This record gives sequence, C-alpha cells and structure tokens, in this order.
Amino acid sequence: MTGFSPTGVPGPAPTPDSSTGRASDFLGGLRLVDEIRALADYIDTARRDLVALRPQDIQERFIPTAADELDAIVQATESATEDIMDCVEALEGLGERLSPADTEILNGAVTRIYEACAFQDITGQRITKVVRTLKNIEERVGAMLATFSVNPALLAGAPPPEDTPAPLPPTHVAAVGDRPEDQALLNGPQHTGAAMGQDDIDALLRGPG
Amino acid sequence: MAVDMNMKILIVDDYKTMLRIIRNLLRQLGFNNIDEAMDGSAALQMLRATGDYGLVISDWNMEPMTGLQLLREVRADAKLKSMPFIMVTAESKSENVIAAKEAGVSNYIVKPFNAETLKAKMQSVIGEF
Repeated sequence: MTGFSPTGVPGPAPTPDSSTGRASDFLGGLRLVDEIRALADYIDTARRDLVALRPQDIQERFIPTAADELDAIVQATESATEDIMDCVEALEGLGERLSPADTEILNGAVTRIYEACAFQDITGQRITKVVRTLKNIEERVGAMLATFSVNPALLAGAPPPEDTPAPLPPTHVAAVGDRPEDQALLNGPQHTGAAMGQDDIDALLRGPG
Repeated sequence: MAVDMNMKILIVDDYKTMLRIIRNLLRQLGFNNIDEAMDGSAALQMLRATGDYGLVISDWNMEPMTGLQLLREVRADAKLKSMPFIMVTAESKSENVIAAKEAGVSNYIVKPFNAETLKAKMQSVIGEF
C-alpha cells in the first residue's frame, strides 16, 4: 500500500502508525485549501458588492456635492449676516435723534441683534466639522477600495490594477507653530450637554493651579 | 485706578463677522480704539510693532497661528508677557480651558456670548469701567 500524497506522487509504503498520521495531515491540508478557496470567494463577493454600490459615486459625486452645498450655506449666511449688520449699524446711528429713553431701548435691541449674529460663526464652525467628517468618509471609502483592489474592470475579468490609489492625506492642517497635541484641542462647538457652560469655565479658571 | 477708555484693544478672529460683532459690542461699552487681526501671526506682528495695546481679545481656532499659540508667544515675549489676554472661543471642553489656563490666559469666554459676559470678563481683567 502506498501513502497519501498531496502531490499525487505515491510515497513509500507507510508503517501502520505513520499511515494514520499522513492521512490526517492530508485531510487537514484539503480542509485548508477549501477554507482558502471559500475566503477567496468571500473576498470576490465583497469586491463585487462594493462595485455594485458604485463607491466611485460617493467619492466623485455625492461627497463633493454635499461639501459644495455646505460651503454655499456658509457663504449665504455670512452674506446675510453682513447685510443684517449693515442695517443694524444704520439703525444704531439713528439713536442720536431719539430721546434718551428711546435710545436706550434701541441700543438694547441692537445689542441683542449683534449677539444673535454670532450664530454665523458657530454654524460656520459646525458646518466645517461636517465637511471634515465627509472628507474622512471619502478617505475611508478610498482606502477600502484600495484594500479590495476594487475596479469596475474586475467584473469583466480584467486583472486588478497594480498601482492602487494611495490614501488621501489627513484633512486637518496643523496650524504653524502649534504643538502636535494642540490639534486634539480643536473640537469646535459642542452640543448642549457635552459642552461646558460659562459658569463651569469660570469655576475651572478659578480653581487651583 | 480708572480704566483708560481710550486704550488700544486688539481683537483677533478669522470670521470677519465676529470681528465686527465684537468691535460693535466694544464700541457700545465705550471703547473705540480698536484694531483687528485675522489670525495669531498677524496679531503678533501688530503687538510687537507697537507694544501699546491694553487688551487682546482672541479667538482660538485660526490658521496659520491659533489663539493658543498667540497666547504662548505673548507670554514668552518679555515686552508683552503681562498683556491682558481674553480667549473668546467655541472650544468649550475642559481640556481647552485647562490648556489656556496653563498658557496664562487672563479670562475665557465661550461662544456664543452676550455683551454682559464680555463686559464682566473685561472688568475682571482690566478693572471696572
């Protein structure tokens, strides 16, 4: 009796003990091949699913469009705020013609409008955070495509590209002179509950140290 | 000692609308001698050029130089190190406040803020007016 051999070449006649061991090794090898084949099928399916999702659209169309729309919001609110400020400054100038009591009422209202106009700064920073998040998604989609070597041509049986795209650089540009750890401090406006109020900040400033 | 209402105040912010808001609020408080800069490096140049500012009111998140770095530069400059410096920012996490405190900030205002808060923090730094 000859022994099992993955290569198909008959091996030397085994002893009764070694025959059992080689059979076990061979069966184990077959299972490994099956598992690798299943893994390859899984990756191929994932790759096809990714292509079917049209990830290039996310990178090339959806995210740039969304970012452009958000930029337009920032520009529009900035322009509108400037208009409001122009009008309020004109109204404020009328105070000299009013009685002291009316001037006080006018100035109070004008001050509140100035305070309210700060919304443009806050919303601008929030929108910038959203745009940064979109850029991160864009980068991750790109990295995922690179990892899976996804190319629509694969569906036609073409080989994967040799030069997969490199991940995009980080979106945050470190400010000149900032320490590396300072970047982690740039979080922008926080949601109510996550943010410290002015009273909390005052207490922290008064604290020891 | 009475506050000099003609003191030069430098406001620093990369949003021109915010510069305008703070300028108008300061004007309503009686301060009219106000200069503006749109980032820390421009502000530092102005501070070093004249050295006669009585107060700096600065945003944090600006490029290329942030308000925190401006604060550190000011505190490291022999001629500017005692300059009153108020940070006005949307950065409201405790680590931000601690970092600013460690860098030597005089007071810290979180955006959005109102005129009353601005006045109170200014008074705590430069005195009653």
